[in-house]
Amino acid sequence: MPVPTDGNMPDQMHDMSTGESASGGFFVDSVVRMSGNKLVILSLLVLALLIVSAIFAPWLAPYDPTEQVLADSLQGPGRKHLLGTDEMGRDILSRIIYGARISLSVGFVSQLIACSIGVLLGSLAGYYGGLADTVVSRAIEIFAAFPELLFAIGIMFVLGPGVINVFIALGLLSWTQYARLVRGQVMQLREMEYTQACIVCGGSNARIIVRHLLPNCMSTIIVLVTLGIPGAILTEASLSYIGLGVQPPTASWGQMISTAQQYISFYPYYSITPGVAIIITVLAFNIFGDGLRDALDPRLRD
Amino acid sequence: MASYILKRLSQTFIVLLGISLVTFILMNVVPGDPVLLMLEKRATPEAVERIRREMGLDKPKTTQYLNFVAGAARLDLGRSYFTKEPVMTALSRRFGVTLRLASSAYAIAMVVGISLGVASALQRGRVFDSLIRGGAVLGISAPVFWVAIILQMVFGLRLGLFPISGIRSPNSFVLPAIALGLRYVASISRVTRTSMLEVIGQDYIRTARAKGLAERVVILKHALKNALIPIITLAGTELGNLLAGSMLTEWVFSIPGIGKLMVDSILMRDLPMLQGTVLYVAVVFVVSNLVVDISYAFIDPRIRYARGD
Repeated sequence: MPVPTDGNMPDQMHDMSTGESASGGFFVDSVVRMSGNKLVILSLLVLALLIVSAIFAPWLAPYDPTEQVLADSLQGPGRKHLLGTDEMGRDILSRIIYGARISLSVGFVSQLIACSIGVLLGSLAGYYGGLADTVVSRAIEIFAAFPELLFAIGIMFVLGPGVINVFIALGLLSWTQYARLVRGQVMQLREMEYTQACIVCGGSNARIIVRHLLPNCMSTIIVLVTLGIPGAILTEASLSYIGLGVQPPTASWGQMISTAQQYISFYPYYSITPGVAIIITVLAFNIFGDGLRDALDPRLRD
Repeated sequence: MASYILKRLSQTFIVLLGISLVTFILMNVVPGDPVLLMLEKRATPEAVERIRREMGLDKPKTTQYLNFVAGAARLDLGRSYFTKEPVMTALSRRFGVTLRLASSAYAIAMVVGISLGVASALQRGRVFDSLIRGGAVLGISAPVFWVAIILQMVFGLRLGLFPISGIRSPNSFVLPAIALGLRYVASISRVTRTSMLEVIGQDYIRTARAKGLAERVVILKHALKNALIPIITLAGTELGNLLAGSMLTEWVFSIPGIGKLMVDSILMRDLPMLQGTVLYVAVVFVVSNLVVDISYAFIDPRIRYARGD
């Protein structure tokens, strides 16, 4: 995963937070801390805009993204088509707006899947140790041994193209990060006195894990999800670019770039727009994720 | 030390076995009969049966897997369905090309990434620092294949400086190496900056300055040397990523390396070739991680003891 490893972005943020004394609980405090960083707020606005336009795509898009008007094909930006048209005369702006649906849903759903698998296996391994831990740890090592794009390609090759399969492939791809971190944290938390107290009081294992250990891992999990999404979006774009991801006529940014490539010599403009859309989205998630990490869980910085 | 290496080696062995199993399963759950894929529709049932026997596909799956592992251990990965060329020959022929591309990209990533990271740390808080950091976030946010296409458009088509496909001229590697290296420039410079900032705040740097050493010596010999450990870890992981991830770049620039071989064999459904390339890339990845871990233990003695588990 291209998880950003620096994250010194909000340097100024820490200075702002030190004066705070009235506490509104952990999450409220974190939000207050984060709101001091203009870049993070800006990225949040961009994300909100993207999500809104993805949800309301049918109302916002000026044209039907699959409607072909061959007479209007490969037109540059103009009054009729703000971002021009593609080789089938379809409106590029509308296709970009609909493409946001694919990218965002791939980001969210794949991380949801990865998170569910990873948290389940990670907490079991960390809590029970022994054989459970050995099995899960080896599985993590083996899964992590495949370079991510290669692994995604392998699964897509087996499952066949399509959005649902992209969800599954990317979910299976990134569960190891969740499992690894949750395992480590649960292992530590397990030794805490309050956990021991719970055990002594006769709390069931499931109850201890769900009610007492996982809530303490929450901030780590939230940060991982936010930083996992941009990686998933990039991988989806790559898959669709080589034709293993979302299939035409559904609009997806990666696949638009792939089609546009045939026209780079006389209509370069077509290639640029979907790429810019990807960059803006991924950038916003990365900056927001960095900010969130610094506010919620600075230990994740490495 | 020896016990640490031994431990890592045995772990790697288990992971390699796991990889071979995962690869084998992946290739065996692919829909469609490989023999039918290979022979097209006209083949008689007898011919299909004969080829199935020749390829050992009539044996139970466990035997097939053991044969696959035994073959892989002898560097025999079968033959391509279509060209009939042994997979190993194709891999070794193309390895040189990928290695050339990956090592140029790697050189760019290390030299440019570390220099920018150090410069950015020294200029902390100034405009230059913000520019580098902004550029780095941008670099990790851009899809590699798109950057490759933009480079083709600007430097190949518009300015006509470099060829945009193939490997015929020595200049052919310039654009692909930049396209591939760029995102690693970004990640290396970020880690270098963070690590340098951490080290520069240490007491021994103040001591070095206090005893009147030249700033250049303080930065290069005292600070950078100690800041290198996280950089080396990342550099190691990225080496594996680079060798494995040159796929898209090779595809965009039509460079006949391992990555293009892999995409081609996916599109042609050439299973043995695909199996071989997947296995190859995973092995390269695992072995480079192993080498990094071991060299890491040489550099930082704390790891030998702490990272046993």
